[in-house]
Amino acid sequence: MQAELIEIRNHLAQHPPFDEMPEETLDKVVSSIEVAYYRAGSDILKFGERNAHLHYIRSGAVEMYRRSGELYNRLGEGEIYGQYGLLMSKTVRFPVKAIEDSLIYLIPDEIFQYLWQNDDNFTDFVEVEDRSRLRSALSRREKSNQPMTARVTRLISREPVTAPNTVRLQEAARIMTEHGVSALLLLDESGDRPTLCGIITDRDLRTRALCEALPSETPISDIMTNRLITTSSNSFIFEAMLTMLHNNVHHLPVMDGDRIRGVIALSDIVKHESQSSLYLVSNIYQQQDVKGLKRLSKEVPNTFVRMVREDANSHMIGSAMAGIGRSFSQRLLELGEEKLGPPPVPYCFMALGSMARDEQLVVTDQDNAMVLDDSFDPAQHDDYFLALAKFVSDGLAECGYSYCTGDIMATNQKWRQPLRVWKEYFADWTDNPKAEALLNSNIFFDLDGIHGRTEYTEELKGFIADRASNSQRFLAMLARNALNRTPPLGFFRTFVMEESGKQVKTFNLKRRGTAPVSDLIRVHSLACGSKAQNTFNRLKAIGQTKLIPEDGVDNLRDAFEFIAIVRIRHQALAIEAGREPDNNVRPEDLSPFERSHLKDAFQVVSQAQKFLKFRYNAQVGRNV
Amino acid sequence: MSDNRGSTTTEEPAKILSWPERFRELAEQAEDERLRAFYEAGCVGPKTPMKDVPFIGLDFETTGLDPNQHSIVSIGVVPFTIDRIQLGGSRHWLVKPQLPLHQTSITIHGITHTDIDQAPDLAEVLDEILASMAGRIPVVHYRNIERPFLNVALKWRIGQEIRFPVIDTMAIEAHLHPHRQPNWWQKLKGQQPISIRLADSRARYGLPHYPPHNALVDALASAELLMAQIQHHFSPETPIGDLWL
Repeated sequence: MQAELIEIRNHLAQHPPFDEMPEETLDKVVSSIEVAYYRAGSDILKFGERNAHLHYIRSGAVEMYRRSGELYNRLGEGEIYGQYGLLMSKTVRFPVKAIEDSLIYLIPDEIFQYLWQNDDNFTDFVEVEDRSRLRSALSRREKSNQPMTARVTRLISREPVTAPNTVRLQEAARIMTEHGVSALLLLDESGDRPTLCGIITDRDLRTRALCEALPSETPISDIMTNRLITTSSNSFIFEAMLTMLHNNVHHLPVMDGDRIRGVIALSDIVKHESQSSLYLVSNIYQQQDVKGLKRLSKEVPNTFVRMVREDANSHMIGSAMAGIGRSFSQRLLELGEEKLGPPPVPYCFMALGSMARDEQLVVTDQDNAMVLDDSFDPAQHDDYFLALAKFVSDGLAECGYSYCTGDIMATNQKWRQPLRVWKEYFADWTDNPKAEALLNSNIFFDLDGIHGRTEYTEELKGFIADRASNSQRFLAMLARNALNRTPPLGFFRTFVMEESGKQVKTFNLKRRGTAPVSDLIRVHSLACGSKAQNTFNRLKAIGQTKLIPEDGVDNLRDAFEFIAIVRIRHQALAIEAGREPDNNVRPEDLSPFERSHLKDAFQVVSQAQKFLKFRYNAQVGRNV
Repeated sequence: MSDNRGSTTTEEPAKILSWPERFRELAEQAEDERLRAFYEAGCVGPKTPMKDVPFIGLDFETTGLDPNQHSIVSIGVVPFTIDRIQLGGSRHWLVKPQLPLHQTSITIHGITHTDIDQAPDLAEVLDEILASMAGRIPVVHYRNIERPFLNVALKWRIGQEIRFPVIDTMAIEAHLHPHRQPNWWQKLKGQQPISIRLADSRARYGLPHYPPHNALVDALASAELLMAQIQHHFSPETPIGDLWL
């Protein structure tokens, strides 16, 4: 390359996939370039025509079309096109037209092939399948994120300390002291092989034994926890952390099948991740009033930002934030019960929507409901539950979880009903589906019991899974609603491009991004009778059926993760800059990397919506 | 837009012979081998449509504007046709000027004494320069530099002059904008005169801004400008005889 052409090299070097190329390679590219000029309105590539060049837009703008004539993409300075044809048949697959006077650099096929074979970054970028490009983008992110990918086994520093479940209270305390552990695993040795049957912790000894002044000869099996929550030895530290968050336990036995590998404690994780959200959660449970909780809630955005900085994925962040929200609700319910006395009949407090899906972020309102025992008598008991619901709802609002504008809260009598009424609600929604009504009740199909008789919620989940999968009309209606919100087509300069070619300044990354995905995945998940709530878990369940093609599941997972993480980072940046976080994104706030991968992700979503429409026969705008 | 009326006394009236005929004649008269080879490569006829003409973007950086007082410092060329420019064929030469560099010209083209000290005399690279131009029509922006400077340089070195047609993208712009000065009414409305300088002309066609005063970049800039002019105001079928000077 002539040194004087450095101007051209510098331009390339500012744009992916050339931005990471060594200078010698770039020189080779520059020397091979042919320059062409196209007047606005003229055809650059015609469908089916031979094309032996990768095109790079030096100035101007072009539009690409599908065979049908539908707009496929609009590209501007520094962007490339023509790669699909080069990788396939050397014929044009997407016709291209100049929409402004454009100066185009043409890179010949042989250089393209050379780069494709020798430059991984280039290959990833131009890969024919947008999907695999998205995946490699995600995996590259994950490689760099060590702290979040460490396994729980790293935290195990000693052999597990165990005792037969026949030991007495004092003996158990002695073993724990001798070994210096805060938890003792108890084994049932009555069978062929000893099996883990319970756990006792320092806290149990304090609250269950000392407070009650139990005799030292009390069998340990009387006070041990026997509904054991464990984690597998190949789980990640963050998963163990989520398990603790979700179940409010501080010790987790780590299992290798039925072999005990060890025990990890909350303090081990806090040490490993000194700034972890668990620390915040454990503090939540120590607060004695709403004021204390409110003070602590100021920490939530910081925890969120920290996780983003540590490169946590959207699942970790969404679960941690939901865990925190759940803890606030649980502590408020405990405080409420202390204030109002024990509940007159059993009940379950339910989280709905994003908290139930473990996909909560910082900008969120409260969506909750109460499922009461069937013995509930409104005249006798409702004053209590209304007061409790109000206490929790006001408390949550104090802590930054604003009131639900759609009034989907336990304070609304309609959503504070016995289990039998809830079943009637769900039966009505699934058996007599009306699009309008379903639109408003969508949120009830993401539910999670967080306090009290959580088995009521489990029962409802089973009820829904049975009904929904058997009602084609319900699924069709739900699918139709899931098509209401579509992703944009892509970006052009500082604009968001709509399918119609219209350009707008900003778009809502929740409404146009994550929500359409979780909506459509909910439909498939209900169709296959899954009780999963989290979008990733639902996808796993869908993957086990033949409902959608296998790579469709992977593509959707990648697309969802990418859109979610961009949304998360956008909010984290706002918090760091001292602004109020929101979901509205301007294209100029996105990096070229994010722009190009978001475009790929949107395309996956758009295709998944088309498939949904076809699969459930969901005609948009037709009244059935 | 034929422009033989204003030619200098050294140029014979061109109407008598067409450029291909003149090239054949000049080839016979040429004593220098390099010059003969240049003419023997020939010249397209005036009826040749633009789309079939091999061009070369040509630009010199000089120590001043007067070919009899100033010297060439650098030369940039880039071969092209009206639909493609081949960057791979581009060349750039630094040459040692006969006269010392003035500080003012250094600040313009950025070529320093150190650069020039190591540069060859034009005579040493003349074969390469003429070979790159052979068979191609030079495209320049402002015709009163490259052709006269090369002519004088050859006269001094090989005792022979050089003749060839050029396309002048600035002359084309001047032709397209005959009334560049705003009238009193337009002035009143704040209208600026239309500039036909290279960067300003390019901007009218949506061509990118390039840093000026590098011979190769300017050669490329003129080549791109001609492509844009043809697409906007002429046609690939326009005979070159309508545009060359």
